[in-house]
Amino acid sequence: MSQTTSTPLPLAKAAAAATSDEPRAATRRRWSVWRLVALLLGALVFLFPFYYMIVASFQKRADTSVGGIIPQAGNLSLHNYVQIDKAIDLGKTLLNSGIFTGGVLLGTVVLGVLAGYALAQLHFRGRGVLFASMLLLQVVPFQLLMIPLYVLIVRDYGLGDSYLGMIAPYAINSTAVFVFRQYFLQLPADLFNAARIDGASELRILRSVALPLVKPAILTATLMTFIGPWNEFLWPFLVTKDHAKQPLAVALANYISTVAASAGNPYGAILAGACVLALPAVALFVAFQRHFTSSNLGSGVKG
Amino acid sequence: MVSTALPAPSRRSTRTWTNRLLGRQPIGLVFGAPYAVFIAIVFAYPLGLAVWMSFHAYFFTAPGVSVPRPFVGFDNYRAVLGDSDVRQAFLNVLVFLVINVPLTVVLSLVLATALNAAVPLRTFFRVAYYVPYVTASVAVVAVWLFLFSSTGLINRSLGSLAPSPSWLINEHWAMPSIAVFVSWKQLGFFILLYLAALQNVPKELYESATVDGATRWRAFLSVTVPGVRPATTLVVLLSIITGANLFTEPYLLTGGGGPNGKSASPVLLIYQRGIQQNHPDKAAAIGVLLVVGVLLIAGIQQLLERRAAR
Repeated sequence: MSQTTSTPLPLAKAAAAATSDEPRAATRRRWSVWRLVALLLGALVFLFPFYYMIVASFQKRADTSVGGIIPQAGNLSLHNYVQIDKAIDLGKTLLNSGIFTGGVLLGTVVLGVLAGYALAQLHFRGRGVLFASMLLLQVVPFQLLMIPLYVLIVRDYGLGDSYLGMIAPYAINSTAVFVFRQYFLQLPADLFNAARIDGASELRILRSVALPLVKPAILTATLMTFIGPWNEFLWPFLVTKDHAKQPLAVALANYISTVAASAGNPYGAILAGACVLALPAVALFVAFQRHFTSSNLGSGVKG
Repeated sequence: MVSTALPAPSRRSTRTWTNRLLGRQPIGLVFGAPYAVFIAIVFAYPLGLAVWMSFHAYFFTAPGVSVPRPFVGFDNYRAVLGDSDVRQAFLNVLVFLVINVPLTVVLSLVLATALNAAVPLRTFFRVAYYVPYVTASVAVVAVWLFLFSSTGLINRSLGSLAPSPSWLINEHWAMPSIAVFVSWKQLGFFILLYLAALQNVPKELYESATVDGATRWRAFLSVTVPGVRPATTLVVLLSIITGANLFTEPYLLTGGGGPNGKSASPVLLIYQRGIQQNHPDKAAAIGVLLVVGVLLIAGIQQLLERRAAR
């Protein structure tokens, strides 16, 4: 390899390229076939469990044979969905999931945007400290804070079985604040100075100058934030003992670990619940997949 | 504009005084205040409390009842380290990491590289890969329970090759099953990370590698792999944090860290010791040990990497 680089003759190079053109095209074709096969295999491994989840959720009797992969006309019913609804009240638990997620989104989009804007474009005392704490927050894992947060929120403040107790530790998503800051930083400072000279208040500048320019960032961060509370299990599980306040993920998990044995087709009912839990997040991400691309994510991660 | 120009001298002097104290845009303090309060309440204070609890005798009481919580030095740590369940849980995390980290790094880099080329159905593949990542653990755990149960599809297909007892209730297979599950679930996110990193690898390097007569495989090893090294560091670090955070999988997939605690995780023990058995002080000690462990592993990784890069 190093020998070939040391021959600086362009003619020799061109000659070598010409002679190897034919087999190289063949290898390129072979590679692209292999690449596609690998990608398709990967997609199969990723998607099959979801396909199977949907198929099995409609089975009257659980059919774990290989033939059960294909829906059988005689074995289809909505019975599992009725059963899981009777057991954990899908409407109520979905509403709880929605309130939990909505609270977090509201906190992140309103208070997080304010913080992100301040960190990027405003000069005030304590900005460095705030920025450093934000970075630190990403590093310290939740499991260390779990017990003290439980002590504070459930025991001291008496917020067990309340939406506020569920939302509090997630109220402002720090990763989203970081993404907001990155996007606000990319806007030229002159833009803001011009608006300031015109006498616009900072809130006005944020609302009519900065926000319209970072709409995509808001959407990306909202999507990222959504899956956190919607899918979260551990914290709401600790906080809610009352069935009437449990989000769907918690109610379904409790169903899996306790009552499943009493149902006629326990897996069918569980998978029906799993479909209901998975659908909103998957649908949102498929609908907005353009906004969840590597470049958007990259700008958040690269920093 | 004209009106502000008139009383300029006096205003400027007051402004510089406040500016020196609070910064050029003191309103930033107001904008940042909710977030600062949030950090103080749900992060800084609990962090201090966690460390404080781990050095004191602490148990839950009825609200408003004050009891002495004496300083006990390293007693909680000693109790926790002497507990064979806890040691087993930390060992389990190591087993998890040994399987999960290489699997995640290799598969996500290979799939990201494949996806980075001009391939048909690109959007479909990208969506397919991150669907598990955006879905709730509880939902996908349900399918895996169904697939990997004793009479599930996997064992039916394997026939006599199926392990007995089945995957999730088998001492040797429970933790590897969790590691594979988590790799599968998180892979989409790491593929996106690598895709972003691949955009920063200069195209000229591939061209010169081709001119040098390097094969695709050779170019992958000597251009792609070193080119995405910073991303690999991040992927490994995030995998380690994910491994340390395991809770839902051992709680649901292997029925509470079974069999015989062979798939228990430290966070599961934090829950069991701290909240179920009313020993929050010992649970806090497990938490501190876990974070120290993660920092140690991350530090060692950084050292090895720096040495490798040299």
